[in-house]
Amino acid sequence: MKIKPYGDTFNDGKVQISFTLPVANSARGVQAAKELVKQMGITDPQVVHSENLSDNFSFYIVYGSTKNSIDYDKIKVEEITSQALSKEEIEEAIKHNFDRKIVFVGASTGTDAHTVGIDAIMNMKGFAGHYGLERYEGIDAYNLGSQVLNEDFIKFAREKNADVLLVSQTVTQKEVHLKNMIELVELLETEGLRDKVILIVGGARITHELAKELGYDAGFGPGSFAEDVATFAINTLINKKEK
Amino acid sequence: MNKLNLNQDQINSCRKYASLIANDVQNFIDRHTTISVERTVLRLLGVDGIDEFSVPLPNKMVDDIVQNGDISKGVSIYIATALKNTGLSLLEFVNQYVSGDLSLCSYDLIDKKEAFEVLKPYYEKSLNKIKANKANREEYLTKFPRDKTDLYVIVATGNIDEDVIQAVSAAKAGADIIAVIRSTGQSLLDYVPYGKTTEGFGGTFATQENFRIMRQALDKVSEEEKRYIYLVNYASGLCMPEIAAMGALERLDVLLNDSMYGIIFRDINMQRTFVDQYFSRLINAYSGIIINTGEDNYLTTADAIEEAHTVTASQFINEAFALKAHLPSKLMGLGHAFEIDPEVENSFLFELAQAQLAREIFPEAPLKYMPPTKHINGNIFRAYQQNAMFNMVTTMTSQSIHLLGMMTEAIHTPFMSDRYLAIKNAKMIQKSMKSFGDEIEYKANGIIQNRAQEVLDSAEKLLKQISQDGLFFSLESGVFAQTKRMRTGGKGLTGVFEKSDSYFNVVLEKMEEYFNED
Repeated sequence: MKIKPYGDTFNDGKVQISFTLPVANSARGVQAAKELVKQMGITDPQVVHSENLSDNFSFYIVYGSTKNSIDYDKIKVEEITSQALSKEEIEEAIKHNFDRKIVFVGASTGTDAHTVGIDAIMNMKGFAGHYGLERYEGIDAYNLGSQVLNEDFIKFAREKNADVLLVSQTVTQKEVHLKNMIELVELLETEGLRDKVILIVGGARITHELAKELGYDAGFGPGSFAEDVATFAINTLINKKEK
Repeated sequence: MNKLNLNQDQINSCRKYASLIANDVQNFIDRHTTISVERTVLRLLGVDGIDEFSVPLPNKMVDDIVQNGDISKGVSIYIATALKNTGLSLLEFVNQYVSGDLSLCSYDLIDKKEAFEVLKPYYEKSLNKIKANKANREEYLTKFPRDKTDLYVIVATGNIDEDVIQAVSAAKAGADIIAVIRSTGQSLLDYVPYGKTTEGFGGTFATQENFRIMRQALDKVSEEEKRYIYLVNYASGLCMPEIAAMGALERLDVLLNDSMYGIIFRDINMQRTFVDQYFSRLINAYSGIIINTGEDNYLTTADAIEEAHTVTASQFINEAFALKAHLPSKLMGLGHAFEIDPEVENSFLFELAQAQLAREIFPEAPLKYMPPTKHINGNIFRAYQQNAMFNMVTTMTSQSIHLLGMMTEAIHTPFMSDRYLAIKNAKMIQKSMKSFGDEIEYKANGIIQNRAQEVLDSAEKLLKQISQDGLFFSLESGVFAQTKRMRTGGKGLTGVFEKSDSYFNVVLEKMEEYFNED
């Protein structure tokens, strides 16, 4: 099935785009915005709004239709297929399969100062009614906070015999989070730890596909909760054990 | 202003507990110094620059005394002695010291009175410059009077030249305060980088030269816009007093300055940073720089409804610490935040109660009010709506330093247009709801009054507990942001030293003298 964005009619291809140009707002600026949007593959662009941000910068809001369409049947993504279990089911699975607590070590690593993501997954309180891992009886959860160096993260994980490592990457500039994620995998490999742990990354710009590409076991994007992460980790640990 | 029907006796009781807490810590502070405090003394005597390995000279000299002298006597006596013995000026001495021709620690120490005489021309030069900066700011403020709420935005490009472009653009769009976010991790560096910088991660290095470049650009735009644009940077971290000194010399107007934030969110050792904070705030007081405190951050890790009282309690403690350092109320930018989950029924009323509570407890303080960040989910349209609600509370409760929420929070550092739209959002609400706060009263024993009372009750209880346990112990048990920090843990403890009986700090004594005469 070929699909396009939906405005108010099937396959009308309507999109909204907004951006800033480094010139003052003028008829010429508006025309430049239009031409630019045409080059993006948008037909019939309409600049519905333009205004000056300051002396030499102007802002444009543009609507138009994209020429392009997508064959939806051919789209394939790496998706985490396991349906998330409830907290109770996870606790039960741990009890049933392990006679010890499962150790999760998490941190916002590298230069990232944001703990919102890792806190939502790990802190007692959790997020939006989903309790965090600290609340799980079968889990020992250590949240190291923000700006943790990869070296320190690994050292701590080794001390605690971690089963699962959770890495959070929230805000990023100039793709610094990618370098940091790759460095962690390399360090774990050097230390011979990579196969001994389940390595999971989460964050606003993380997809499962990206995570797999970089050598992680899983990646969780926005809207993921403790149950999603714990389900994946526990199932993978059980599979590993059975092998 | 008493819309919440608060009991002044209860507020006084909170202040009494907070002052007991601060007294206890001040006893510790007065008996200790740190390498950062000593480096600050050198900076305020005029030592600047780096050696061939890019080590800042204040670091090089203080480390030298730690290894080859007795730092518990303070750097003042060492530098005075060296100048006296060599007969050189400070600049001449430093030049020869860097090239390895002269030593700092190999003379018989002179006495304190003589040291003050030797160093007088140097500290007076810096202190006079700071006084002139303060007078200059006051002139601007008389020439361009401010509204009651200042709009605050950040720039964070990593490149000071790019920061200037963004800052000027934001000022022209209506921003009153520009903060240059530091490169992530700078708070954990035990030195201040030197010179102009154009590469940073998630922000730009705080250096004295970068301060100067941005100040110059903002002075220019201030004249053009006929509004004095405040410049903000961040002192919290391992170099609190040094950055305070640099900010004083380059006429910054606001500095984030909160050791409890450093302890909790950057794992900086508490002994180190309490000592650093005192000297840092004293310098801020002397230079007329507004401090901003960071208790709003507690609500990014802990729940904003259950833990609201910890913010209030922390504001009282920060006020007590600020008073110790001679900061007047009008320089106390105590922090709080709009962080309740918007899905909670009546969350807007709870936010209003909390913001009004802070306003009524600290009527003179330029309160710093932080936008929603925790419950922003990537839907930029929803975020824009949340920010509009936040802006309404700001206007209704007359907050002073209004940090604007970005609809792209947690996606990227703000685009120029993100910032522009945020300013327009705030300005529309500021204008259309200008007198709304003056027109309304809150229902007696209604949801808002009851919520404020509940928060104040809990804050009082917590302050009482901390005053009994001591702040060190309380931080160890995780009273704030549900984070536990050990007295001997964290970064920077090796830079703390007990003062010897003969210790003195020329700059600190001169500043204290000034305030005691006042």
